[in-house]
Amino acid sequence: MFTLGIDIGSTTSKAVIVKDGREIVASSVVIATVGTDGVSDAIENVLGESGLEHGDISVTFATGYGRQTYPDADGQVSELTCHALGVHHVFPDARTVIDIGGQDAKVLALNERGRMANFVMNDKCAAGTGRFLDVMANILKLDISQLEVEAAKALHPAGISNTCTVFAESEVISQLAAGTKIPDLVAGICKSVASRAASLAKRVGVRETVCMSGGVARNAGVRKALEQELNVNIASCDMAQLMGALGASLYAYEKA
Amino acid sequence: MSEEVKKQRPAPDPNSAKFKLGQIAAKAYSDCVEAKARGEKVGWCASNFPVEIPETLGLHVCYPENQAAAIAARGGGERLCSESEGEGYSNDICAYARISLAYMKLKDAPEQNMPQPDFVLCCNNICNCMIKWYENIAKELDIPMIMIDIPFNPDYEVSEAQTAYIRAQFWDAIHQLEQITGKKWSEERFQEVKKISGRSSRAWLEATACAKHNPSPFNGFDLLNHMAVMVTARAKKEAADAMETLLKEYKENHEKGVSTFRAEEKYRIMFEGIACWPWLRVTSSGLKDRGINMVTTIYADAFGFIYDDFDGMCRAYSRVPNAMCLELARDKRVKLCKDDHVEGLLVHTNRSCKLWSGFMPEMSRQIGKACGIPVASFDGDQADPRNFSAAQYDTRVQGLMEIMEENKGGN
Repeated sequence: MFTLGIDIGSTTSKAVIVKDGREIVASSVVIATVGTDGVSDAIENVLGESGLEHGDISVTFATGYGRQTYPDADGQVSELTCHALGVHHVFPDARTVIDIGGQDAKVLALNERGRMANFVMNDKCAAGTGRFLDVMANILKLDISQLEVEAAKALHPAGISNTCTVFAESEVISQLAAGTKIPDLVAGICKSVASRAASLAKRVGVRETVCMSGGVARNAGVRKALEQELNVNIASCDMAQLMGALGASLYAYEKA
Repeated sequence: MSEEVKKQRPAPDPNSAKFKLGQIAAKAYSDCVEAKARGEKVGWCASNFPVEIPETLGLHVCYPENQAAAIAARGGGERLCSESEGEGYSNDICAYARISLAYMKLKDAPEQNMPQPDFVLCCNNICNCMIKWYENIAKELDIPMIMIDIPFNPDYEVSEAQTAYIRAQFWDAIHQLEQITGKKWSEERFQEVKKISGRSSRAWLEATACAKHNPSPFNGFDLLNHMAVMVTARAKKEAADAMETLLKEYKENHEKGVSTFRAEEKYRIMFEGIACWPWLRVTSSGLKDRGINMVTTIYADAFGFIYDDFDGMCRAYSRVPNAMCLELARDKRVKLCKDDHVEGLLVHTNRSCKLWSGFMPEMSRQIGKACGIPVASFDGDQADPRNFSAAQYDTRVQGLMEIMEENKGGN
């Protein structure tokens, strides 16, 4: 049986097809979201990659902020549950999941069965999320993928506020004007995101194994800063951004 | 195009508690308007000021917090908040204060009008922002302000020293009001008022405690509407009668197995914090559509005051939610959760109320642990609609529901 999970996030659309609730047969990330072709593109991509057709999919579940906008799903489920399921599938020992996405950050406590037992999310502000990194990369004229490379070169990470993206933006501009080196600024930016996520993690309680999911997990600069903040090793993988969609496809299998 | 057919609402039953309570809430305003028209001095009064004092003296007062909630619930919150911000008030201060200060200047809000004050009655047992808010009103309108200071109580009990401090201020407030208004305190009348307030409070608390039944005989959001009478009129005989009617209805609902919660009650939660008045429908339906009944909230119970004598009254006003220590506040909530078989806690991180929202992360952690229930929080505001995101609320509520479902055994 093939099940499809679609994660319609704030900046990207993701799709994953799973066979029999175990084997990942196709996945896709498209940088486009609600109100665009992003969702249909992601679905066509996974169907093309797997060689399947729409009729081969037994159950489809949607998740993410746009989950209620996708009309062809058999059901919808929160991204909280999906990230828990997705991470548990890849890392069965995971007890804490830190997910930093495009405009929100969340920390999930998982029980022994890999189910979400509690969670905390960021407040209304997007500081400490992927959007924060996008804004900072833009000021520094860097591609988002270059942030981890630059952060690794830092000798004296700069202090950057994590209170507000707009404040932090003007802080970065001031530091640029004062001659602070780009790697030190980038490391400070990564630390800023990490310390905000660490505060959430401490609120929910950090239990190992700690895993990171969401698009920001791909940034080793943030991941390493978070490891330092929490004093734990953090597991992640290339599929970090797809954990929500993977969880939705696993949930779809459970509901089939 | 087909013609839209509007659903006709059934005429309200004039003997129902809902009808009676609505009438009392409206009459509290109209009585004040009439008193003002007669030339009597009327006041603006803080919600946790001892209402027994103006009631015993025969004074008519209006409640700015109640008015601000009504304005916000009827869509005027942003307009009045912006008006105050234009006057220089920061958008970080309480939205009730911003609405009230704007109303003081504009003297008109179609959502809920009330007469301008001749004096203000302030009590800081609920918050300290209120002191500056009322001081500004008193200064701008050049009217007297009567201030009762009930400090935050770090202990579990109210000491004799604290009681004496509050008692002296209550008497000082009474004497000031006698001078300002020419009305006289009557011990006999106070005994009547105390008795009526006690009747209202006992019926109200017994009514809210009906949530112990499964399913609950009421939708917890009903309490948010009904409590307006407990805030503004609990010392009036009509209020006591209406609260006893409400209790009778809830008992009957339980006996018949019916509820004012218009959905299958799949999950039961406690709601923490002041209601998100500008988004009441969104926050309510986000729960109801998932079969989640908010069966209890400390916010509603906070307006039930039970005491035996004047000193007891002093102690009662020192034991309101924002004036008590975390341990007592936690234990009261844990009792509600356990009595009412609560399965989850939803916390409103209310941008207007830094005090209440500030202690909630730790308190909710302790409640969650003591009761073994999941906790979710969302950002919002009691009166400024700009501080709420429906999508964020929806995700958090759905996450909470999914954990409650899992705790029941899943699927």
